[in-house]
Amino acid sequence: MMQAVAGFRHGVHPREHKTATNGIAVERMPFVDTYTIPLSQHIGAPSLCLVQPGQLVVRGQMIAAPNGFISTAQHAPVTGEVTAVERRPHPTGDMVETVVIETDPYDDQHIRAVPPNTTDLVQAVQNAGIVGLGGAAFPSHVKLTLPEGKHAEFVIINGCECEPYLTCDHRLMLEQAEDVVDGLRLIMNQLGAEQGYIGIEENKGDAVDMMIDLTLYMEDIHIVPLKVKYPQGAEKMLIDAVLKREVPVGKLPIDIEVVSYNVGSTAAMAQLVKNGIPLVERIVTVTGPAVGKPRNLIVPVGTPIREVLDYCDTDYGSMQQLVLGGPMMGQAQKDLDAPVIKGTSGLLALDECTVARCAELPCIRCGRCLEACPMFLNPSRLAQMVRAGWVEELTGAHQTNCFECGACSYVCPSHIPLVQLMRLGKAMIREEQKKRPA
Amino acid sequence: MAATVTTAILIMTGIGLIFGVVLAVAWRFLRVEEDPRLDQLEEMLPGTNCGACGTPGCRAFAQALLNGEAVPASCTVSSPAEIKRIAERLGVDAGSVERRVARLHCGGGKGLAVDAAQYLGLSSCRAAALVNGGGRACNWGCLGLADCEEACTFDAISMNRLNLPEVDPDRCTACNDCVEICPKDLFTLEPVGQPLVVACNSPLTGPDARSGCAVACDACGRCVSDAPEGVLAMKDGLPVVLDPERTTADAIWRCPTGAIQWLSPQTRSQPEKEPAEVS
Repeated sequence: MMQAVAGFRHGVHPREHKTATNGIAVERMPFVDTYTIPLSQHIGAPSLCLVQPGQLVVRGQMIAAPNGFISTAQHAPVTGEVTAVERRPHPTGDMVETVVIETDPYDDQHIRAVPPNTTDLVQAVQNAGIVGLGGAAFPSHVKLTLPEGKHAEFVIINGCECEPYLTCDHRLMLEQAEDVVDGLRLIMNQLGAEQGYIGIEENKGDAVDMMIDLTLYMEDIHIVPLKVKYPQGAEKMLIDAVLKREVPVGKLPIDIEVVSYNVGSTAAMAQLVKNGIPLVERIVTVTGPAVGKPRNLIVPVGTPIREVLDYCDTDYGSMQQLVLGGPMMGQAQKDLDAPVIKGTSGLLALDECTVARCAELPCIRCGRCLEACPMFLNPSRLAQMVRAGWVEELTGAHQTNCFECGACSYVCPSHIPLVQLMRLGKAMIREEQKKRPA
Repeated sequence: MAATVTTAILIMTGIGLIFGVVLAVAWRFLRVEEDPRLDQLEEMLPGTNCGACGTPGCRAFAQALLNGEAVPASCTVSSPAEIKRIAERLGVDAGSVERRVARLHCGGGKGLAVDAAQYLGLSSCRAAALVNGGGRACNWGCLGLADCEEACTFDAISMNRLNLPEVDPDRCTACNDCVEICPKDLFTLEPVGQPLVVACNSPLTGPDARSGCAVACDACGRCVSDAPEGVLAMKDGLPVVLDPERTTADAIWRCPTGAIQWLSPQTRSQPEKEPAEVS
């Protein structure tokens, strides 16, 4: 029987470039000498440092405690000695307070963990430092707490991985399928949700099959194959595709009884409850034309980017640009001493041929950006407003709905940096709002 | 036919007359008395609506003048002669306001600040600052894409040969536009007569600071010890001018990088000591 594949309207179809890494089993990266763990790896308040220079720490030990509800803990990724707590480069380009740990070369780096008391899962998840591993790094425990008067009917697990090049979620679904399903069950129990969904793009057929096999006798968990289209993995697009529900402007998914999680975070929660392992490492796709041995690696959080690239035989001579995350939404990186953090899903080393250096041309009003925008905005018009500095008009045109997926820039035949203008516009709106109450 | 036309004309005339009467009555009984000097004063003001005086525009400033809440000299755009005319018209003292100008706190121009990466995107500092903080190795310095030059209403900012914005103190009205637009917050408004400028914004110290820029302040503290007691202090890896009245050129001579500058008295904009070129 043919089943109609769920999807959303608009969007783009970039080339996938996933074959270099999607068939190779995930490998553990050997421990390096130094780790730098920024105290701010998530959305919300930076964690409170608990260690001093000179202190010995054990792998998995909490080295920074959550500072408030929208904040999370950090853990030592290795057994070793804290050598400094100082400002170090962070992948955002900033310098932030960071714990520097020198690895103990004689330790077996065995993680000594005890499963937590699950009567308070929210607290356990917060203390395990689990955040959204899709890239935004929003603390996971916040979404496990229902706001007053809200009800969560559906839990959606995001296994779309619509960004080109990235395959870390795909490999995780194949190799830790049980963790994903167990994690989903855990979230559903915590929230009292009736139905669970795992949305997977169709190009990951093996993951879809595996998940269907695992959940064959679970009537409340559904595997939803989704159309291969970018940005299918964006929260709003995913909810639209799976449930045919739209998140109203300015509202959260919980307002339409939905909570969504990334597959990585879901598996991390299952690992926490089963084995007590906090979030000390994550799977990172290291790929791109300049990488000699592209693959998926389990990288301890805090590993310097340079070490990961070295391990994968990156040709620095031909590398023109390093992107953290996927090519569509990822951030270009200038400092290779910055560490891999919890939100780093991929290291993408691009060469001369893959970095676009096109001169900007005038807008020819072809309307392709309108057809690409999954939020049904008019990027071309908004870009003009940003250039003119019309902040009020931008707010009126719901420019803040843009989540910077980059589909408009991708299709623009005039190479107008539309998504960059959108980002600038959102920054302008934020600044204006900051000024207003004064 | 003629009757239709006549009726139409009569009706329209009637409606016009009724509304005319309503308007006349409204003008007679509902009008707001406005000081006739308000319009005259607004005429005399430059009409740039720059906001340097602290009010949201020239008309608001004229109102503030009438209310006695501001002195004519607060308008930094008008020439002294115009301010005198305004003061005479109002019959008040012109007052005096310390003239301030925008000063850039970065010396890391082309060839001096190290580029960690080449930035290829939109040519705007604010856009560049959103991409990993911009291409410079120093995260706090000038990106050189001239957002301030564009924002300046008075053409007081021009990019110099080091690709750093240079403020013309004669044209600068301290309107705050460049202070607001700079994503790295490099401008402050300083008294024009105070020539000591800290040309660095990096909180880093020692070799960390020097590795990113040839003119970085590495917080050695020589300027603080050379300046008269209590004039300068070290705060977050940078010297801060505590007492603008007593600054002297002594502070700059032993600075190893040129991160603290004494502006020459003629222009009050060019640094007296050229920063060393990077080798």
